[in-house]
Amino acid sequence: MQKTYYDPADLKKFGKISDWNEALGAKFFDYYGKVFEAGALTEREKSLIALAVAHTIQCPYCIDAYTGDGLQRGITKEEMMEALHVAAAIRGGASLVHGVQMMNKVNKLDM
Amino acid sequence: MITSLHKRESELANSKRQLEILSNGIFKQGELPTFKQKISETGQFPLRAKKLEILQINLGYMCNQVCEHCHVDAGPDRKEIMTPETMLQCLEVIKSTGAHTLDLTGGAPEMNPNFRWFVDEAYKAGIKDFIVRSNLTILQTNKKYHDLPGFFKKHNIHVVSSMPHWTRGKTDKQRGDGVFDKSIKALKELNAIGYGMPDSPLRLDLVYNPSGAFLPSNQKSLEKDFKKALFDDFNIHFHHLFAITNLPISRFLDYLIASENYEDYMCALVEAYNPSAVKNVMCTNTLSVSWDGFLYDCDFNQMLQLPVNSKVKHISEYNEHLLEGRTIVTSQHCYGCTAGAGSSCQGTLA
Repeated sequence: MQKTYYDPADLKKFGKISDWNEALGAKFFDYYGKVFEAGALTEREKSLIALAVAHTIQCPYCIDAYTGDGLQRGITKEEMMEALHVAAAIRGGASLVHGVQMMNKVNKLDM
Repeated sequence: MITSLHKRESELANSKRQLEILSNGIFKQGELPTFKQKISETGQFPLRAKKLEILQINLGYMCNQVCEHCHVDAGPDRKEIMTPETMLQCLEVIKSTGAHTLDLTGGAPEMNPNFRWFVDEAYKAGIKDFIVRSNLTILQTNKKYHDLPGFFKKHNIHVVSSMPHWTRGKTDKQRGDGVFDKSIKALKELNAIGYGMPDSPLRLDLVYNPSGAFLPSNQKSLEKDFKKALFDDFNIHFHHLFAITNLPISRFLDYLIASENYEDYMCALVEAYNPSAVKNVMCTNTLSVSWDGFLYDCDFNQMLQLPVNSKVKHISEYNEHLLEGRTIVTSQHCYGCTAGAGSSCQGTLA
């Protein structure tokens, strides 16, 4: 029985998800490829966004992939860490902003 | 500051030991195909030399820098320097060759005491593209080299210089403390006399090597990022960026093993194997001449002491006809030139 839920080797098998549904798999990977092409944003900027999102959703495969991708693109560790703080700030802020709801409720119910 | 493998008396200073590592382990156990097996799968074995286009001459392994990734294991302690006698033999070939490019490299080629005389003489042959691979800092290191930018201009030299990143931290980590600031100063001086300026015929190209155990990204995108950053931060211009993959030999191999990245790096190279890059690998149109005049299919084979597979072994016996069609000597390091968009001394291939 597998001892861990995540295996780094599985990242390389990502493409195999198409084996069980070729049509949707192909559409997904085509979409994925197009998303990361340079457009209004550069490929470099998209790589940094992907890295930040990867940390937000805490996907170890994505963190591995987009740290490597960033290094290949010449993205510095300072830029990577700043991107992570943006992710952390939004994530932390998302919790905290719900405090307004808590305050509203307390103000309504409490004497 | 790190020292050369030779100075450290490391076992990896011995090219045979490097070749043992590259032939054993994951390749012997069959986890990864050998380079020969891989190019056979795509019907590209054996690789054969085509018409000579690039003559690359190594003027010596002495260098003022000791870079972490150096495939030459160059440094101030290396005493291998091309003699005037071997230079004369090279000049005979330079005058008669049909090659369109002459490429002087090292170490720091400028540190050869006969560098200027050799350039003067080679220039007379009128080869279309005359490259000197300058590490930039040598132009700032000692007064005796300060006039070299003007010397390059006088001989219409195409300057190709290493620059691993547009930030100080990444550059100095790979190439040594202070290298970034000296390189920026040298680039400004080259720009000031016309090198690298838009529309200038004085060509200045930069070489990017990844500063770690990863492959380079798209050459065009990196060039765009380098151009923007160097212009915005320092008002520096250059023409093209060559993205070169680090080959797993010499000091980079030492780094890969010490950092426990060797197997993953070799897997990454094999996974990124690109048959289109194989069609254009530089060993098929280049000849590398070592400081002592021996001939190799490329600079990497020179460092691994893998001589050309030909009756002609030395520049003094040079015969273009006999060398053409020779079988290229390969080993697992060759995966470095066929990964992704491919890699050569002139950048990507595919």
